[in-house]
Amino acid sequence: MTSYRLSRGGRIDRAKPLDFTFDGKPMQGFAGDTLASALLANGRQLVGRSFKYHRPRGILTAGAAEPNALVTIGEGGRTEANTRATLVELYSGLTAKSQNRWPSVDFDLGAINSLLSPFLGAGFYYKTFMWPAAFWEKVYEPIIRKAAGLGRATYEPDPDSYEKCWAHCDLLVIGAGPAGLAAALTAGRAGARVILADEGFEPGGSLLSETAPVSGKSASDLLAQTLAELADMPNVRIFSRTTVFGWYDGNVFGAVESVQKNTATIDPNRPVERIWRIAAKQAILASGAEERPLVFGGNDIPGVMMAGAMRSYLNRQAIAPGKSTVIFTNDASGYAAAADLEAAGLDVAAIVDSRPDAARTWSGKARILPGAVVVDAKGGRSLKGVTVLNNGRTETIAADALGMAGGWSPIIHLACHRGAKPVWSDAKAAFLAPQAQEGLTVVGAAASIGSIEACLADGAGKAASTLLALGFSKASAAFAEKADTTIVSKPLWRVHGSKGKAFVDYQNDVHLKDLGLAVSEGYGHVELAKRYTTNGMATDQGKLSNINAIGILAEARKVSPADVGTTTFRPFYTPLSFGALTGASKGKHFQPVRKSPLHDWARKNGAVFVETGLWYRSSWFPKAGETTWRESVDREVLNVRKNAGICDVSTLGKIEIFGRDAAEFLNRVYCNAFLKLPIGKARYGLMLREDGMIYDDGTTSRLGETHFFMTTTTAYAAGVMNHLEFCAQALWPDLDVQFASSTDQWAQIAVAGPKSRTILQTLVDEDISDAAFPFLSAKEVSLCGGMLTGRLFRISFSGELAYELAVPAGYGEAIADAIMDAGKPHGICPYGVEALGVMRIEKGHVTHSEINGTVIPSDLGFAKMVSTTKPDFIGKAMLSREGLMAEDRLSLVGVKPLDPATTFKTGSHILSEGAVPSLENDHGYVSSSCYSPNLGSTIGLALVKHGPKRHGEHVTVWNDLKNEYTKAVLCSPVFFDPENGKLHG
Amino acid sequence: MASLIACPHCGPRPKEEFTVRGDAGITRPAPDAGEDAWHAYVYLRDNPRGRHKEHWHHTSGCRRWLVVERDTMTHTIHAVSDASAEGATA
Ligand SMILES: [Zn+2]
Repeated sequence: MTSYRLSRGGRIDRAKPLDFTFDGKPMQGFAGDTLASALLANGRQLVGRSFKYHRPRGILTAGAAEPNALVTIGEGGRTEANTRATLVELYSGLTAKSQNRWPSVDFDLGAINSLLSPFLGAGFYYKTFMWPAAFWEKVYEPIIRKAAGLGRATYEPDPDSYEKCWAHCDLLVIGAGPAGLAAALTAGRAGARVILADEGFEPGGSLLSETAPVSGKSASDLLAQTLAELADMPNVRIFSRTTVFGWYDGNVFGAVESVQKNTATIDPNRPVERIWRIAAKQAILASGAEERPLVFGGNDIPGVMMAGAMRSYLNRQAIAPGKSTVIFTNDASGYAAAADLEAAGLDVAAIVDSRPDAARTWSGKARILPGAVVVDAKGGRSLKGVTVLNNGRTETIAADALGMAGGWSPIIHLACHRGAKPVWSDAKAAFLAPQAQEGLTVVGAAASIGSIEACLADGAGKAASTLLALGFSKASAAFAEKADTTIVSKPLWRVHGSKGKAFVDYQNDVHLKDLGLAVSEGYGHVELAKRYTTNGMATDQGKLSNINAIGILAEARKVSPADVGTTTFRPFYTPLSFGALTGASKGKHFQPVRKSPLHDWARKNGAVFVETGLWYRSSWFPKAGETTWRESVDREVLNVRKNAGICDVSTLGKIEIFGRDAAEFLNRVYCNAFLKLPIGKARYGLMLREDGMIYDDGTTSRLGETHFFMTTTTAYAAGVMNHLEFCAQALWPDLDVQFASSTDQWAQIAVAGPKSRTILQTLVDEDISDAAFPFLSAKEVSLCGGMLTGRLFRISFSGELAYELAVPAGYGEAIADAIMDAGKPHGICPYGVEALGVMRIEKGHVTHSEINGTVIPSDLGFAKMVSTTKPDFIGKAMLSREGLMAEDRLSLVGVKPLDPATTFKTGSHILSEGAVPSLENDHGYVSSSCYSPNLGSTIGLALVKHGPKRHGEHVTVWNDLKNEYTKAVLCSPVFFDPENGKLHG
Repeated sequence: MASLIACPHCGPRPKEEFTVRGDAGITRPAPDAGEDAWHAYVYLRDNPRGRHKEHWHHTSGCRRWLVVERDTMTHTIHAVSDASAEGATA
């Protein structure tokens, strides 16, 4: 006989049957079932195999602490392993599979590990690592890998969506049992904004399974009335199916809400889970208490269950645990379970009570065995009976169900998440939450209060005082004061004389002897014992087992549990799915995509895009017939140098700088002079870090007496903005200067090449001849007969006669089209960042390939730019450090192969001609390289010791990755038009 | 996972909106303060357990640099002020 469903009773809706499968077998439950209760209703007690010994395991609890009933839910991308069947709300179409078994949960070959158990005891891993390696590799590891483990994750992508959001409240109440409901009701009536969160699909906690009257009403009536009143309060939000998993600084709580984990038909427009971050002025922890298992031989045989869980399944889901039940108890809870079983017409074979002075008030049918203990449970895949040691005599009692009631431990995890340690109480025989902590008040069973009425009073009273302190002057307790008269028994940490394995940590298969071994081998400290035995290290993190392990260690060490202490409580209280933690940050939403205002223009001109950071930039523009990227890039370069080209440079960082002291400010953040930059002029600027290294470069133009326009490199746009703000606000708050990033406000277009002026002049209303608009001019201009105002800069990265035209972003595409039209007769072509890169290397212009955080201005030939007259600028003081003055610093130089048919790659190292690669012979490295169609050869920029003094020297360029040695010559970094004739053309 | 910083301009905001820079207790030396002073300013940092003043930037908010006095052990935030109001650190 096994568990079954009673024909009457419970809170399930028998009119709503739900079909599901377990290991492929069709089963039926009802609305109001959990997967666990539905399995029990179908007589399915054996639901999994244990981690190490593959012992048959059944459902032990009815809640979050469940160590055994871990199943895999769902199919395909929705597969979710290691789900606790006790928390899964049953739905139609649910598919569940048992785990850690092969070929089936009923017949599992891995159970052979049980025969190996003498070798698998505490410290097993540490000891076997010391065995001969061959033995480990050939014998142990294959066995362990095949046999051990939990459920398997899927390789398919999760098709569902998740989200994260914030919530704010005056009072967060964690747990909707009696104490939490009383607290929420008190706070709701006082007008506070309340969030009441509960992990179950039905709020009520112990009220859901209580049969005794509470405050003169039935528990279910009291619950219904309370929920109805709360539902009518607009200031109270009830989050069901929501586990508060962590308490963080700032009184912020993390919670995960199951939104669509209770259905097989997922609405794709809603998340399946939602992470809440709840900012609460105050919080009340009403998380209840956990019943302690009793440690005796065979306490893991399917059919053995917590007495409280048995009672919950009986009263909520009308589950009979079996035909005949034995209750093994150490406190009053066992009697409540026995009474409910008998009231349901079920047989209770015996109440085995370890206390010699037990329960004189029992009026039920079952016989009581005071001062007796269950030493061993009998059975394999299901319970057959128990061996009881009754005052020196051994007795066997047939039973197919056993309820364990070992006393209660408050659930105080959250109260310990911010570092405070729990406090042992001899009177309560439990670890209690740390003393008063700001922001969190522990109430009810979580505060070790026993009776429901006392819990109601405690929750209401503490909520009232919390709210008064928050300024809710009307707050008054929703339930009258009631003293807790519960008698706490001395804990029974273990039963002596068991023959079978007595499990302490079910999920990690840690049994009594393992803990004894840990103590005798010197690992009796709680943190050491945990690692040595793995007690408390499974996915349930020892919710059931830690307290018994501490008690057992205390007994073995002959000290108080207070001296043993607890291990550290850390978030999360229960496991979280990666999907929930990821939230919406996946796929295209992992990070934003930035597109230039000219993106569509580039696309219609056939651009191939490249991702640079968040940006998509046009790389090159292939033409029909071009089969390689090099063909396109070579053509673009040659055409720009011969005719003209147009390039999107909108991604450069752009910062508007205003203020009376803007010039003075720029003078302090650039190493070169900016104070006297004339209005209408652009200047190349070098920005240093405080350690003297170059941070970023770009041109800054003065558009007015108190208005500058700075450009930064694409990569450092955000960093430079932060840097400027720091300097202005934290270093020199006395300066009058303000910034506004305008990167996204401007479309900026480079027009380069000998015909660029002719082309642009057709659009620009003002005269842009060399006389009227010489190199480094920067002015607002009128465009297209006054239709538009833009900004025109005569600057050049390509070394050609060139301009950059900025127009408001929305006009970018129209202006780019107009330039293309005007340029058609002159042979204009669009060019991308690849061609731009080739032309800048041909001209020896540096980028962040050279400005790599290790170079100072003189390394790049900019020594003369650095002001010697300015009293201060960022980086000035450190620039004169000894190491930065060294003669042999790596400095900028050009490099090209002796034979144009040979080539080299960026990153290759420079060796003296013919030298063997070694640290001593390493003279530097190639920082940038490309094929120059103008020179018909690979060219490179390199950072080389004494570089500028070595022009003409033959060297070897060495690429260790490809084992290539290229004969090359060092030269000027300016390969093309060194006189800048074209620039000034 | 989640803590709040009370920006003096924007009110309590999640820490993800901010960027931390580091020790706000150091003062930028005068240009001629000498190598030791500059070495200390650029490279040497204390790593205190307990109260610590740091520069935080409200990057995704008002874009002001703030001085946040934070407990490095408990993450309790004791005070937040605008960096410019702290007196120039130059
Ligand atoms: Zn702010």
